[in-house]
Parts: sequence; C-alpha cells; structure tokens
Amino acid sequence: MRVLLFGALGDLAGWREQMLDPAPETLFALRDRLTRDDAALGAALRGRGVQAAVDKVVVRGDAALSSASEVAFLPPMSGG
Amino acid sequence: MSTVRLSSEPIQPGALLAGFCQGREETGAVVSFTGLARGEKGAVTALELDAYPGFTDAAIHEHAKTAKTRFELQDVLIVHRIGRIAPGEPIVFVAAAAAHRRAAFDGADFLMDYLKSRAPFWKKSHEADGARWIEPTARDYEDAARWDTPMRKDAE
Repeated sequence: MRVLLFGALGDLAGWREQMLDPAPETLFALRDRLTRDDAALGAALRGRGVQAAVDKVVVRGDAALSSASEVAFLPPMSGG
Repeated sequence: MSTVRLSSEPIQPGALLAGFCQGREETGAVVSFTGLARGEKGAVTALELDAYPGFTDAAIHEHAKTAKTRFELQDVLIVHRIGRIAPGEPIVFVAAAAAHRRAAFDGADFLMDYLKSRAPFWKKSHEADGARWIEPTARDYEDAARWDTPMRKDAE
C-alpha cells in the first residue's frame, strides 16, 4: 500500500511517500504502525484537524485497507 | 463545462484569458482574476504549494460545479500553481464566463474566496530566517463565510 504525507507532516517525518508491504488491515492499525516507527509523527497524525483519505476520499473513524489502498494524511489545509 | 488544472509550470494569465474568451458568442461577460505571490518587502523569498493531485483538483472541481449552478455561469477555468513560486509570479488564475457581468464577477469572487481558505493546499513560506507552513488568515475565513448564508441572490 501507498502512504502519503502532506504539508508539515512530510517535513516532520522526513518522507512524503512510503510503500508498505504487507499492508496494515485498517487505518487505525496503519497509524499505530507509523507511530511505532516514529512517535512524533504518530502524535502529529492524531493532532487537531488532521484528516485521513483512503483512495482520495476523506474518511472519519477507522477504515479497512488492502495492499492496493492509497492512504493520505492531510494536515489542516491552508488554501492557495 | 469547467476546467481545473494544477500546474508546476509558470502560469501565463494573458494567454489563458485569450483562450478562454474564444468562441463565445453567447457569453457577454468574462471576469478573470490573477493572484500573484507577494514578496512582503523582501521577507518572503518563495512560496511552496503542496497539493494532492487527484484529490485537490477534484475538490476544486466540485466547488466550480457549485459556483456554476449558483451563479448561472457558463464556464469556469481555474489554473493553480503548485511547487515553488517566486514573488511576483502568478499563483492562481480564475476565469468565469456568464451571460451577464454580475454573475461573472460574483462567480469569480466566490471561487477565489474558496480557493484562498478552503481548497486542499498546504502552503509554505520561505523566509530569510527559515520556512514555515501557513494557515488561512482570519480575513480569508471571513471572506469565505460571506457566501455561506444568506445567499446573496436571496437577499436581493
């Protein structure tokens, strides 16, 4: 699966795109996995206004993932 | 019809406007807006716009559809720069076509307020003492809220 970080999240983590194989089965499991690798990123992913999109659709709460999923973590948007 | 493009190449507002105006025997009014990156008297060396291709443009497209219905626009063109943008360079170009001028002015105004405050971009300002991610200003939110309620048309 493909994981994308945007805006300040990418700077914090030091990466903007990562392929994960095997893929975590759920969005929450993915977040826990990323938190194990990088606690500061984990805290930021739970920060105020951070949204997650699965296959380019914003989801609230947990969601099922597969190896073909694309998950993006979106910090608060700035406008253009 | 509405067209939304994210461009990592410089925007040419004149050429975009000329192209947008072509073949419009029933239009009557085209309003365009070009936003330029501001240097803040030398404090800002560059802006950097992060976008999510396929998500950012889809969200803008949805808003363009709303604008078309709400203001009876015939056509909308939105071209937004992404990546690194130097002061003075165009960052956004919006054009709205309508049968009459008020709809075109309002449509372009509405689209710009959305783009400035709610569109899914992440903006970084590169300054002499480092870079920082920026959020919409209070004024940007107020400008965008002007369109929430009541609808201007209803108030007439």
